[in-house]
Amino acid sequence: MDEPLSPGHRLCPGCGASLVVRQVLLAAPKDTIVANATGCLEVSTALYPYSAWNRPWIHSAFENAPAVASGIEAGFKALTKRGEAEEHPIVVFGGDGGTYDIGIQALSGAIERGQKFLYVCYDNEAYMNTGIQRSGGTPRGAWTTTTQVGSAQAGKTEAKKDIMSIVVAHHVPYAATASISHWRDLMNKVRKALSKNGPTFMQVMAPCTRGWRFDSAKTVKMSKLAVETRFFPLYEVEDGVYKITIPVTSPKPVEEYLKAQGRYSHLFLQQNATELEIVKKGVEDNYKRLERLSQLTSQIYGP
Amino acid sequence: MVALQGDEAVAEAVRQCDVDVVAAYPITPQTIIVEKLAEFVATGRFSGEFITVESEHSALSACLGASATGARVFTATSSQGLAYMHEMLYNVSGMRLPIVMAVANRALSAPLVLNADHSDMMGSRDSGWIQVYAENVEEIYDRTIQLFRLSEDPRVMLPSAINFEGFILSHDKERVRLLEDGPIRRFLRRPTTKHRLDPKEPFTFGAIATPDTYYEFRMQQAEAMRNALAVFEETEREFEAFSGRRYGAVDAYNTEGADRVVVVNGCTAGTMRVAARAMNAGGENVGVLAIKLYRPFPTEEVVSRLRQAKSVMTMDRSISLGAPSGPIAEDVKSALKGAGINQPVMSLVYGIGGRDVTVEDGKKIFGLAKDETSFGGASVMYGVKG
Repeated sequence: MDEPLSPGHRLCPGCGASLVVRQVLLAAPKDTIVANATGCLEVSTALYPYSAWNRPWIHSAFENAPAVASGIEAGFKALTKRGEAEEHPIVVFGGDGGTYDIGIQALSGAIERGQKFLYVCYDNEAYMNTGIQRSGGTPRGAWTTTTQVGSAQAGKTEAKKDIMSIVVAHHVPYAATASISHWRDLMNKVRKALSKNGPTFMQVMAPCTRGWRFDSAKTVKMSKLAVETRFFPLYEVEDGVYKITIPVTSPKPVEEYLKAQGRYSHLFLQQNATELEIVKKGVEDNYKRLERLSQLTSQIYGP
Repeated sequence: MVALQGDEAVAEAVRQCDVDVVAAYPITPQTIIVEKLAEFVATGRFSGEFITVESEHSALSACLGASATGARVFTATSSQGLAYMHEMLYNVSGMRLPIVMAVANRALSAPLVLNADHSDMMGSRDSGWIQVYAENVEEIYDRTIQLFRLSEDPRVMLPSAINFEGFILSHDKERVRLLEDGPIRRFLRRPTTKHRLDPKEPFTFGAIATPDTYYEFRMQQAEAMRNALAVFEETEREFEAFSGRRYGAVDAYNTEGADRVVVVNGCTAGTMRVAARAMNAGGENVGVLAIKLYRPFPTEEVVSRLRQAKSVMTMDRSISLGAPSGPIAEDVKSALKGAGINQPVMSLVYGIGGRDVTVEDGKKIFGLAKDETSFGGASVMYGVKG
C-alpha cells in the first residue's frame, strides 16, 4: 500500500497531525507536491538524513508556506508551457500557529491571488512544537503554558479566532472543516477541494495528547467527541454556500468533551462555573450560527 | 543603443533571460522594475509567470518554491524589503537555489530615507548570496544576465544579487548597448538541476539538521562560494566572447606604483576615477581599485593590486556601527594581513543616506589619504555636516 507519510517518523504516539496527513494524502493524487510550514509535523518527519515523505516535499520557514506553494504553482505552470514539466496538485500543511498567527498574511495573500492549492490547517490549538503556548487558535478557557491557571486567571481569556470566516471572506471556491474521526467526510472534502480551480482550505482538528492532556490511545475518540458535542462542527462552504456535512441533531453535553482533557480541568472548579457557562454558550451559538448561515447562503447563492 | 534607467535595464535583461517566474513587491527605488515587467506581461513580451505577492517575505518565499521546481527565477527589492526578506535569504542559499535578485541599494530606517547607501546589502552580507556591485546602467544590464549563468552553474548553485545605488543608478538614464536575445539564451542555456520537486523522484527540501550535520551543509556552501570565484571568471570570459564587454572581479585604475589608492564599490568608483585622472594630469599619482565582485571576495586580486601601493584608503558607503571600521575596510585589511602585507589601511565612510559625492569630493578624499596620522586608527566620516 502507498504510504505518503512513512511509519518511523518522530511524531508522538497518538499524534493527530500524522493521521490528518495520512487521510488527506490518501485522498489526493499520487503526484501531489507537499509544502509544509515549520512546526511539529515538519521537525518530526524530515530529520536529516532521514525523511518520512514519499511525496516531493518542501519546507523553509514558519510563516511562508502559502507563498512557497504560490511559487511552486507558478514554477510548474511556466515549465509546462515550455514542455519541461507538467502541473501537479499542491497540498500545504500548517499548524494553527503557522495558519492563524504568523502565517496569516502569506495565507491571505496567496488565496486572494487565486493561487491553486489546498491548504490544510492541522489545528491542535496551540504552539505544541515549542511546548504548548497559546495561539490564535487556542479556545477560550484552555490551559497552555502562556495562559496558565491560578487565582487571577482561568486559562485563555479570549475566544478562538474564526479562521474559516477569515478564509471564506476571501471568496475561495471551497473551504471546509474536517475530523479524523469522520474520515470518509474528510477524504470526500479533500477530493472536492482538489477538483476546484483555485485556492481551497481545510481546517482539520488534530488532537494533541501532550498539549490537551489525554491518554494517547484516545486521539480519534477526542476528535469524535468534539464533533458529537458540537464543539467542532463539520461543515463546508462551497461557492459561498454553507452546509453542515455531519449534522449533530442530539448533541452530547459539552462537558463530556471538556472533562476528557486535562487542559480544561479547572473549568469544573466551583469558582470557574461562569467561565464554563461562557464556553458552553459559545459552542451552542456557533452551531446555531452555522445552521442559520446554511439557510441564508443557500437562499442567496444556492441553485 | 538605447537610453534606459537602471531599473529598466534590469527588467529588459530579465525579459531576455528566459526567466520563468518573477515574484516581487513594490518598494522605492526598485519599483520601476516591477512596473516594467508588468508592462511586458500585459503586452505579451514576457511569457513567464509574474506573482504579485503581498510582501517581500512572500516574494522570496514564492521564488524559493518556484526555484525548487527547476524554474529560472528572479526578484527585486531594496532597503526595508531586503531586511524583510532576511530570513529567507539564508533559506534560499542554504537550499542552494540559484535565484537572481536585483537590489536598488537604499539606506535603512530609522529615520526613513529613500536614498542610496549600501547598508541594506551589507546587512545581508553573510547570507550566502553572491554579491556584485555595478557602477553604471550598462553594467547593471550585463551583470543581471551574467548572474543567471553564474548562479545556475552546477559547481556553484548559489543565489546572487546585482547591487546598484538607488536613484543614482536605478533612475538615471544612460546609454545601453542592448544585446540580441539569441546569443544571451545560448550563453545561459536552460537550468539543468536534477534536484527539483518531481513526483517521479520525491526529494525532501528543507530538512531539519542537528549539530552532527548542520556544519557540513555550511561547509558545502563555503566551497561553492570558492568555486564561484573561478566560475565568475569563466562566465565573464564567455560573456565577453559574444558581447565584447568585460568588467573583472575588480577594476584597477593606476594602482601599480601609485602613491595613494582608494578602494571603493558601486557608482562612486566612476567618480573617484574621474577625480584621479584630473589629479594625475596635474602631476599626482593616485589610483582607484573598484570592487565589483564583493562576495565571494576576490582576495588574491585585491592583494596583488594593492601590494605596490604606497598608501591604501578604503571607502565604505555603509556604517558598521561599533566596529573598528567599515565592511570593505575590514575585508581589505584582513586580505592584506593574510598575505603578510603590513600596509596601513585608512578607512573612510561616505555617502550615507544618499549624501552626494562629487568629483570635487573625490579630490578632497584623495587629499585626506595623504595623511595617515589624521585617521588615528578610526574611520573618518566624510561629508558629515558641521
